[in-house]
Amino acid sequence: MMKFRFRRQGTDPQREKIKQELFAFSKTVEHGFPHQPSALAFDPKLQLMAIGTKSGSIKVYGAPGVEFTGLHKDLSAVTQIHFLPGQGRLLSLLDDNTIHLWELVVGASREVGGVKREGVVSLQEVGNYSLPGRPGIESCSATRVTVLLLLRSCDLLCIGTEGGGVYFLDLPRLSLKDTQTLLQDQITQSLPDDHRCGKSLGPVESLQEHPQRAGKILIGYSRGLVVLWDLSTRHAEQLFLGKQQLESLVWERSGSLFVSSHNDGSYSVWPVVSGNTYSHQPASSTIPYGPFPCKAINKILWRTTCTGSPVLLYSGGMQRASYGDRHCLTIQRDKDHVTLDFTSRVIDFFTVHSIEPEKEFDDPSALVVLLEEELVVIDLQTPGWPSLPTPYLAPLHSSAITCSCHISSVPPKLWERVVNAGRAQQGRQRTHRSWPICGGKNRAPPPRQQELLLTGHEDGTVRFWDASGVALTPLYKLSTANIFHTDCDPSDDPQDPSSDPDMQQEEEEWPPFRKVGCFDPYSDDPRLGIQKISLCKYSNRLVVAGTAGQVIVLGLSDDRSAHLVDVSVVDLLQDREGFTWKGHDRLEPRLKPAPFPPGFQPLVLVQCLPPASVTAVALHAEWNLIAFGTSHGFGLFDYHRRNTVLARCTLHPNDSLAMEGPLSRVKSLKKSLRQSFRRIRKSRVSGKKRTIATPTRKIQEANAALAEQEEVAPVQRRIEPRSADDSLSGVVRCLCFADTFLRDGTHHGPTLWAGTNSGSVYAYALEVPGIGLGRACERGGASESSVCVEAVLGKEIQLMHRAPVVSICMLDGRGKPLPDPYEASQDLAIAPDMTNAHSVLIASEEQLKVFSLPKVSAKTKFKLTAHEGCRVRKVALVVFSSTAQEDYSEHTLVCLTNLGDMHLFNIPGLRPQVRYNCIRKEDISGIASCVFTKTGQGFYLISPSEYERFSLSAKVLTEPLCSVQLDRPLEPTPASDGTTTQPQANGTRKNQLGQAEGQTEESLSSLSSPVLDTPLDSPLSCADLTIDSTGEITVEDVRDFLTTVDEAENNLKNISEEEGRPTGILIN
Amino acid sequence: ANKNHRVSSSRSLSAVEVKSKFGAEFRRFSLDRSKPGRFDEFYGLLQHVHRIPNVELLVGYADVHGDLLPINNDDNYYKAISTASPLLRLFLQRKEEADYTTFGTDSLSRKKNTVLSAVLLRPDTNRKKPPVIISLPKDFRPVSSIIDVDILPETHRRVRLYKHGQEKPLGFYIRDGSSVRVTPQGLEKVPGIFISRMVPGGLAESTGLLAVNDEVLEVNGIEVAGKSLDQVTDMMIANSHNLIITVKPANQRNNVVRSGGGAASGSSGRSSDTPSHIIQNFMARDLESDEDDEDLVIEAGGEAEPIRRTPSTYSMPSMPRYEPHLNLRTATASTFSINANGMLPASTSSGSLNHASATLTAPSPDRAMKKRSLEEDGTVITL
Repeated sequence: MMKFRFRRQGTDPQREKIKQELFAFSKTVEHGFPHQPSALAFDPKLQLMAIGTKSGSIKVYGAPGVEFTGLHKDLSAVTQIHFLPGQGRLLSLLDDNTIHLWELVVGASREVGGVKREGVVSLQEVGNYSLPGRPGIESCSATRVTVLLLLRSCDLLCIGTEGGGVYFLDLPRLSLKDTQTLLQDQITQSLPDDHRCGKSLGPVESLQEHPQRAGKILIGYSRGLVVLWDLSTRHAEQLFLGKQQLESLVWERSGSLFVSSHNDGSYSVWPVVSGNTYSHQPASSTIPYGPFPCKAINKILWRTTCTGSPVLLYSGGMQRASYGDRHCLTIQRDKDHVTLDFTSRVIDFFTVHSIEPEKEFDDPSALVVLLEEELVVIDLQTPGWPSLPTPYLAPLHSSAITCSCHISSVPPKLWERVVNAGRAQQGRQRTHRSWPICGGKNRAPPPRQQELLLTGHEDGTVRFWDASGVALTPLYKLSTANIFHTDCDPSDDPQDPSSDPDMQQEEEEWPPFRKVGCFDPYSDDPRLGIQKISLCKYSNRLVVAGTAGQVIVLGLSDDRSAHLVDVSVVDLLQDREGFTWKGHDRLEPRLKPAPFPPGFQPLVLVQCLPPASVTAVALHAEWNLIAFGTSHGFGLFDYHRRNTVLARCTLHPNDSLAMEGPLSRVKSLKKSLRQSFRRIRKSRVSGKKRTIATPTRKIQEANAALAEQEEVAPVQRRIEPRSADDSLSGVVRCLCFADTFLRDGTHHGPTLWAGTNSGSVYAYALEVPGIGLGRACERGGASESSVCVEAVLGKEIQLMHRAPVVSICMLDGRGKPLPDPYEASQDLAIAPDMTNAHSVLIASEEQLKVFSLPKVSAKTKFKLTAHEGCRVRKVALVVFSSTAQEDYSEHTLVCLTNLGDMHLFNIPGLRPQVRYNCIRKEDISGIASCVFTKTGQGFYLISPSEYERFSLSAKVLTEPLCSVQLDRPLEPTPASDGTTTQPQANGTRKNQLGQAEGQTEESLSSLSSPVLDTPLDSPLSCADLTIDSTGEITVEDVRDFLTTVDEAENNLKNISEEEGRPTGILIN
Repeated sequence: ANKNHRVSSSRSLSAVEVKSKFGAEFRRFSLDRSKPGRFDEFYGLLQHVHRIPNVELLVGYADVHGDLLPINNDDNYYKAISTASPLLRLFLQRKEEADYTTFGTDSLSRKKNTVLSAVLLRPDTNRKKPPVIISLPKDFRPVSSIIDVDILPETHRRVRLYKHGQEKPLGFYIRDGSSVRVTPQGLEKVPGIFISRMVPGGLAESTGLLAVNDEVLEVNGIEVAGKSLDQVTDMMIANSHNLIITVKPANQRNNVVRSGGGAASGSSGRSSDTPSHIIQNFMARDLESDEDDEDLVIEAGGEAEPIRRTPSTYSMPSMPRYEPHLNLRTATASTFSINANGMLPASTSSGSLNHASATLTAPSPDRAMKKRSLEEDGTVITL
């Protein structure tokens, strides 16, 4: 009676062993730029840089490939990081007023991918401390830490506090030296009478150790007083009676003077002459951007050079009225004065300079600036102070990522040409200086193959990244904007403004601004956005499709070219009457020949009408065919003969939404967003437990009550099968070319397959001249059909459950996926079995199903949704290699669900193999951005600027393996069970051993990160989606959001424009 | 007869007296109540005792309420035998001249056709029209049933909704909630999924088997405990063509009371406020049946066929080349359920079979054909 229960397979120990040799899940490395960085530090001895983030992670970077990551247990923002130079230790201060000590430790050796890896260094927390008192309860707690100073001797940590006291901690034991605590009254006593005004000195704003005389520290108080304090004698050696609100202090290398910066935009130079107890006036005081009111100079550095005049570097200080909103950093030396103008906030900066005590000068070689959205490094030794390209920490999101595509084992020839094209792009800005942060040693084996990651962006660019190793490095940038007429000046493109030194030398302007960095979230025209990418690595053909129905075929060329791009228009509505497109217009192609730099150059532009966003593309370079689909239909284009072979409308007659374009959705999404905010606000109001009845509180209460009244209906979901009338049923979700058996079991030939949002699959038999000649002869029309490609509808399949078709792929007679174009003909892959019957694997959101061909009768299926209650989001066919047997591999279907789980199935049997918990289910953008490699790795966005790289394969994984030469001995720590569970930034890293373990960690990160990670007004913020579980945005909303790329994207744009904030992630 | 009755009452536990009428002739015989045999044996027996071996018969009996009810399968045969007290009165008709309108509530206690003629708008033309023929229950396709009564706790109810591709909405909503469970540690509050709303006129509401605030425990045999509302929603939608929901009804007073043997039994006439339904125990193969899951393949020639196991009687008409779906209209589908209700006028009584048949709708084998023809003609039959 209960037979219909899902039957579990019996476990075969033999099979279980093979599975273990094939599959293993781990999150290996994070690519890109850390989301919301909040602290920066540099270890000049080890040449390591550390970045702390608002979500409590610490990332340490050295030479390319050297990376360590640590995650605090409390996901509080990291406000400061200090290295213990040379020791491989660092201290972090969190927003919750705790101090943590981290160490680089050698992990136990372990087996990875069949290779034994020994002495892998990782970052681990070894201790923490928080000052007594109850900080955080009141906002101005006396013991709230403001600044930390680590003495050069590395055995004492000085802690400046909000209350003005300075505390001392013994290192590395992190114990308080009670007797040494320096409270403010001790300082006030030594003040001259006329400066004692009964007021406190304010919080400690800066602590700096004397560069020559150990044990003497400079203490700067907020109200302006600076004290030179002798730690051993415990008395104030000198007092500098500044009156201006203090921001920062810096010593000159010799210790003969120090510089203070102030909140009025001034900096002062104070000579330190021994024996002079009181200094009333600085030697000089300057307001560089005066005389009008200026903003504070937040941090100042003073670096001496052998050529005489020092280099002065400071952030802020801009004129309040005119440039108060700019994010600037000034480099000044003699007459040379540059105001670096960044697109995002300056978090912190440091210089790389000589630290050997015997050297007389600092001689800074590089300036490293951490901005909110990118890292900028300026070469201070090359005249003109050019910026250095970063080998890692690339701002992936310089324009929002809209799609991505991974190419495994790139042929060396293509690789070389792409690298050269990229070099040509950067040519002029190259400096010959090497990367200044070069600590540690990358011990990872050289990549077995070259891998390309292609990202499509909102501004119409496609960026090519070297994804072969741990450091994701930019290779080449392709811009599609210059094919079209846009509002922006065509000369801007395709070069980055920052990459053009001519443009940086702007005319005499005060301040002398220079635009630096490449983070530019504002798109000229959202229609340029890239939605789909397909690259044939053998023929170097690239197809790029965008938001306004543009499909561009590009070829690789090593020479500059100026040519006119052929334009073909394909009407996907065909003869459907009564529909009017209310969405955006198509992009106007350029009428005059445009110059194209070496690299991928456009050959043909196919414009779909109506110009809805392209939802699927397929490329078959061997047949010179591209297929593309939108929400209205799909088309087939022969780019060799430049003619449209086929256009097919997939619209359902009742589907009005597809026609109305993006506009109609604005209201519903906006409404749900508004409700989300209301809910957030409400939860905040009700969350506070204060009992003081103030007038504002009463209003809040009334508002809360009002909000409560508005949302009476509980979260409920309608249970209704999908119907043909569902909106956007005609959206083409996937396209696929295959040489297979469609009409009968004896003749194979080119076919095209298309799947839609409503579970329809269309299969066309293609007649390609010169391919599948047998067919053409048989049909008798050989002479005619040799002229151009023809497509004949072979079959239509309507899946009864009507779920969107996520993927279609063909399996050969042995049940293996068909090879890519050219692979078989050029002997690059094992030729497919064309003697036995082929089958087609159709993955819908609800089911996986294999049908035999040509009859299309169901062979095997797996009803994922019916069994598990999850829906298929992404599907990939992956080859898993065994760690035990060199030549053993299995083709596996990897399936990412809407719950963020990875389900692996064998093919063609579709038996579940293993399942891993990978992405938080609330992280819709993460799930939507996931791409798989062909060998079992994958990438997904964990923030707008970071890809998490993961591996499902036991054999193939790319993870940081590095070592650092430390002053202290590295002792291996005993590993508990042979596996190290390393935390990773954003709470995502885990080596998953079992479901339960994964889930506990999952809940931890899901609790905290939605609130911390994303700005609440970002339409894609996790906060909204978390709220989804309590219910405003319905599943349908989210589902629609994911499927209707163009609409959602435009909605987001509208919203973001309203809010005046950059959009988060735009993913297809 | 009275005398006989008194005598037979002592034997009534073991034997059932049968009085069978065919035309003007009566036959009397008895059956063993504990071993009634199968319906086809019984049918043969009737043909034998009336000496009409080759006549197709329509067998009816008078139930305790005086309603004329059909006997045409094992279930209603057992029902008739088990409820006969003491006499089972049978009425046989030739199938070809059968008057179907006699079946139904109070059909024996009032004059034939009076209710029907009152319902019809044009009673004068009524005589010329042939009587409208409605099918017998076996010809109907069930739209809902309570299943697995014998294996579930009495507090639970497993309901099967048959969507059959018709356009009538399933018509219910689910929500998150919490329910109290008794555990060894005491009472524990656990999250649960509940039915939150019924769409008027939807399948769920019309069955009367599901109600607002019923707790959903399983969907097609898979427990929902630990699953999110969205997951359960997706599971239900994925199974919507043949949805089996196990619920714990909010109203525990209407539970099916199991008869001792645990065999399937109707609750006919037990209490007037208890809604009664067919209770079927399905074979496992029924539940695993994929008939409704068959995808449709349209060959380039334009011939549509379901993908597997094409039964000979189930022929799909050829379809226009570019129309991927059967374009079923709501009106045509709902017509049939109205048929069933409309033909049985006084369905307010607590009668058993008639009420049950209200939850039945159009027969399946030729349904596609019928709908198709209806749609193509542009005519919709309303009664």
